[in-house]
Amino acid sequence: MTAISQDRPANTSLVQRGIREALYAGAISFGMFFLLIGIKTDQNIRNELILVPRWGLLAVVIALVMAGRFLMVVWLHPYLEARKLQKAKAPVVAHAEKSAFVRHWTKIAIGALILYPVVIVLLVGFQGSLKWVDNFGIQILIYVMLAWGLNIVVGLAGLLDLGYVAFYAVGAYCYALLGTEFGWSFWILLPAAGAMAAFWGVILGFPVLRLRGDYLAIVTLAFGEIIRLVLINWREVTNGTAGVSGIPKVTFFGLFDFDVSSPYYIAKVFDIAQSGAYYKIFLYYLALALALLTAFVTIRLRRLPVGRAWEALREDEIACRSLGINTTNTKLTAFAIGAMFGGFAGAFFAARQGFVSPESFIFLESAIILAIVVLGGMGSLTGIAIAALVMIGGTEILRELHFLKAVFGEGFTPELYRMLLFGSAMVIVMIWKPRGFVGSREPTAFLHERKAVSSSFTKEGHG
Amino acid sequence: MEYFVQQLVNGLTLGSIYGLIAIGYTMVYGIIGMINFAHGDIFMIGSFIALIVFLFLVSIFASINVVLFLLIMMIVAMLLTSLWNWTIEKVAYRPLRGSFRLAPLITAIGMSIALSNFVQVTQGPRNKPIPPMISTVYNVFGISISAKQIVIVVVTAVLLTIFWYLVNKTSLGRAQRACEQDRKMAALLGIDVDRTISITFIMGASLAAVAGTLYLMYYGVVVFSDGFVPGVKAFTAAVLGGIGSIPGAVLGGLLIGFIEGMWSAYFSIDYKDVAAFSILAIVLIFLPSGILGRPEVEKV
Amino acid sequence: MNATSVMNMPILKVEHLSMKFGGLVAIGDLSFEAKRGEITALIGPNGAGKTTVFNCITGFYKPSEGMITLTGRDGNQFLLERLPDFQIPAKAKVARTFQNIRLFSGMTLLENLLVAQHNRLMQASGFTVLGLLGFGGYRKASAESIELAKHWLEKADLIDRADDPAGDLPYGAQRRLEIARAMCTGPELLCLDEPAAGLNPKESLALNALLNDIKATSGTSILLIEHDMSVVMQISDHVVVLEYGRKISDGDPASVRSDPRVIAAYLGVEDDEVTEVLAAVGDEQVIEELDAEPDRAHGPADSSSMMAGPVSDTIGHSDDDGETVKVSPGASKAEQYDHRHGTGVSNALNAPKGGTPDKLTLIKGIGPVNERKLNEHGIFHFAQIAAWTEADVKAAEAYLEFDGRIAREDWIGQAKALAAKSGGAE
Repeated sequence: MTAISQDRPANTSLVQRGIREALYAGAISFGMFFLLIGIKTDQNIRNELILVPRWGLLAVVIALVMAGRFLMVVWLHPYLEARKLQKAKAPVVAHAEKSAFVRHWTKIAIGALILYPVVIVLLVGFQGSLKWVDNFGIQILIYVMLAWGLNIVVGLAGLLDLGYVAFYAVGAYCYALLGTEFGWSFWILLPAAGAMAAFWGVILGFPVLRLRGDYLAIVTLAFGEIIRLVLINWREVTNGTAGVSGIPKVTFFGLFDFDVSSPYYIAKVFDIAQSGAYYKIFLYYLALALALLTAFVTIRLRRLPVGRAWEALREDEIACRSLGINTTNTKLTAFAIGAMFGGFAGAFFAARQGFVSPESFIFLESAIILAIVVLGGMGSLTGIAIAALVMIGGTEILRELHFLKAVFGEGFTPELYRMLLFGSAMVIVMIWKPRGFVGSREPTAFLHERKAVSSSFTKEGHG
Repeated sequence: MEYFVQQLVNGLTLGSIYGLIAIGYTMVYGIIGMINFAHGDIFMIGSFIALIVFLFLVSIFASINVVLFLLIMMIVAMLLTSLWNWTIEKVAYRPLRGSFRLAPLITAIGMSIALSNFVQVTQGPRNKPIPPMISTVYNVFGISISAKQIVIVVVTAVLLTIFWYLVNKTSLGRAQRACEQDRKMAALLGIDVDRTISITFIMGASLAAVAGTLYLMYYGVVVFSDGFVPGVKAFTAAVLGGIGSIPGAVLGGLLIGFIEGMWSAYFSIDYKDVAAFSILAIVLIFLPSGILGRPEVEKV
Repeated sequence: MNATSVMNMPILKVEHLSMKFGGLVAIGDLSFEAKRGEITALIGPNGAGKTTVFNCITGFYKPSEGMITLTGRDGNQFLLERLPDFQIPAKAKVARTFQNIRLFSGMTLLENLLVAQHNRLMQASGFTVLGLLGFGGYRKASAESIELAKHWLEKADLIDRADDPAGDLPYGAQRRLEIARAMCTGPELLCLDEPAAGLNPKESLALNALLNDIKATSGTSILLIEHDMSVVMQISDHVVVLEYGRKISDGDPASVRSDPRVIAAYLGVEDDEVTEVLAAVGDEQVIEELDAEPDRAHGPADSSSMMAGPVSDTIGHSDDDGETVKVSPGASKAEQYDHRHGTGVSNALNAPKGGTPDKLTLIKGIGPVNERKLNEHGIFHFAQIAAWTEADVKAAEAYLEFDGRIAREDWIGQAKALAAKSGGAE
């Protein structure tokens, strides 16, 4: 490139390069897509597979890929380069005064979460609020809770667990089976589910403690699958793939409940109109309370010696042993406490659905939870909450995008693309921010001032 | 006894397919230390490409010419699946090389989700059955061996021989092994590391595509979610054999195939996957580096 | 046991320590002591097995044979080879640092020092349960632990950077932090693995000051590995020299410095040059002996050079019986020297009396392998063992790499009985 110093020639060559790259991209995407998009396998009347060509769609997709690649080369890359240069040039502002919003961000967030159902009900009424409180509020809060639980194992202790969903399943089935069998209340079974999951955490944790890194990951994945397969096949107890239904609803500490036929139904007790929204709103606050409990305990634990030992374990296990830390017990507590929160979330999930089946506890769930932890920034509660909001909320919102039907025609169902977009978003976010949304670590103690530790120093653990 | 040998043959067939997929896992792990979670879905994509090629061929030719069909299916599937894996590596994994260890793992999981859902969106969520390609069954000493099984075992054996030659006898294989040992040093010695890694992905994808074609031929049906279970089992096989070791991957694949076959024959078919996973867990706990893997010693 | 006698006992006593990796002998029959309140240095060329000794003492390796006794200030004794690794720092109060610094690099300096006080804080927090609920004396213990951390940060001259991540520190400061972290565990014995490696002269001085301060004020004894003789000579009270896993010298720095075996091992030179070096230090007797019996047939030309290959080059591998072969005669200059001063069992014979040896395996504790070893060293008869003096027992234990087993199993008594019996039978 001889023309670097001159502006115009550089620009033309950039455009030329963009066109060239776009052509390459077009050729490659043609190779990739001409069979899988260009031709659709369909069934005819006699149930035989036939091929239906879709050349128009193929052309559109390839054109989009080419355009995307062209824009990337011509605009995005130079823009990113320029920004990097600017950042490097800009004088380092030493500890810029944080705005009031940033300083009180936790309080603001909790306040907003508490007000959320009220605002929704005011905006769209009780019936309209169902969807927003349930699909968005509760759904996201469950994932926040699960991810915060897994964060103890992966983010703090650095133990890569790909089978976390097993503990979620243990909690859910614990409540579902004991609740339907003995009719015990949620408030008794919630701690029981947590204890049961923690117990399983120790049982599964014990043999895998010797393993490190990817081996640990694959064995935990195997345990997760084993538990799911046992739930499917142990039909006498779990009712197999059909699942357990008729799980009792949560009552408000026995004072009133949400079962229309019961004499203590909330509408009868308070003499108000019947609505299914009460239960959802109640569940929302319950989920919020459980999530906040998880956060509170995590923050508290980090400042206790056990929490520091977890992080130290993530940084360097051998150094931990040289300081007299019992690494076995430390790992087991991480497994147990992480599992316990998974169990809480499971019990809550069972109560919310009123139905559990092994379908809800597939590997994909573990992967989603782990993705939220890593995308959020390992160890950062705020980052994880943001990641859950973006990833789960983002895919949920696809269900709501009815206007897309106007664009793509009546047959277009945005839900179909949910997981495709979820997967792609995981890839893109990781490439964009490999350390997650919040890449820094809050120290647990300080002498002079609390300074966040840049993620370039933290390690991600070996096990 | 005959029943036992029958199960052995079934296990060998299944194990061959697992072994072919497992090589892709083990090679990628060996060279960049990453669990390529999307590899199972690459296998599924290979299977779908073979399916579409098969349907295309059926619509052109009046009768089914097995050898010709299989050959064309395999070659097209190998080429296009390699293109897929090559692109995925370049777009999704290369930018993260040398970054934080969990980032490529999460990217691969994301890729896996994206790929299976891509196929679901473009090809529909239903099972895709094809008419049986080969239905001949031989009866040898009371054991029924189908021609399909023979094809699978023979194709696998031929491919493994070619593959063994490539890895052990060519400069390409040498470059791969060098990158496996020490990527930085290999780069300093003039090995094009990026190219070597790309080729590794291409090789893994080709073998997975063949496995996908054979899988389609054997079961006669494929569905978008088929990447996960064979993928996890093949990965299990790779770990069982000692991840990073190519003979280990084949051995692990065969073992998993046998375990599954024997378990479903003698115990309960419901729990065959439980058996495979339990054995994985047990082997790893007592033999943490797998059967043929190098033990990892951490220096104090 | 009264206080003075405890204080006079060595804090660490290593007896007949051996460590084998497969057929490789990393440490062979090493015995030494570290005195309370002193700085003991373990030195030797590359591959001498210094770090292996450390790993045995701190529990990262379980030694193949031997006994490591630590005597605490309160008179409690711990056999370190039997404690699980994390209990060595926790109970026996042995702290260590690492050759390739192992800090918690993503945690701040202060947090690093707080992690080191884990066990005490764990108790104060009621094993997490009380601390989580906010009960118990955790708050007070936490404040105390921060005070202790502050104390050591000041000593290590790192107080200004207390809230920075440990990974952000320069190399020399990281070394000091690692020592401060080890000191926060409240150790009786501090083991430092090459603390001066890679430091510039200024950092090296700061390190020496820190170590002398620890020695003077905390009452902690120090055991350090060092490669660099000059550092050792400046600060240590006692020096143990290793070569190829064996002790070749032991004493105060001045005597070690002039020990010809140390010079031969450490300087690593051709035989001719050894003579020159020895001539330079004026040790005529050694020169004569070296001249008398050159062992060039076995000795590699410059095997003991500091640049020489790993231990495996010169140390034999196990024979078919799985017994470990001793270091080959030509392996090291120090060995050569030792051979000429050979200490052995006093009543060794060249051949069994009357052509047939006694069946030594009748003595409980002697197996076929040991029988062969004893035969190789000229012990064939019960009567010989029965007549062993204390020195002979020691020598035999050294051969067999046994730690006090001969006395414990009363070989001499058994041998006497057997000798009497076989005498009666004849």
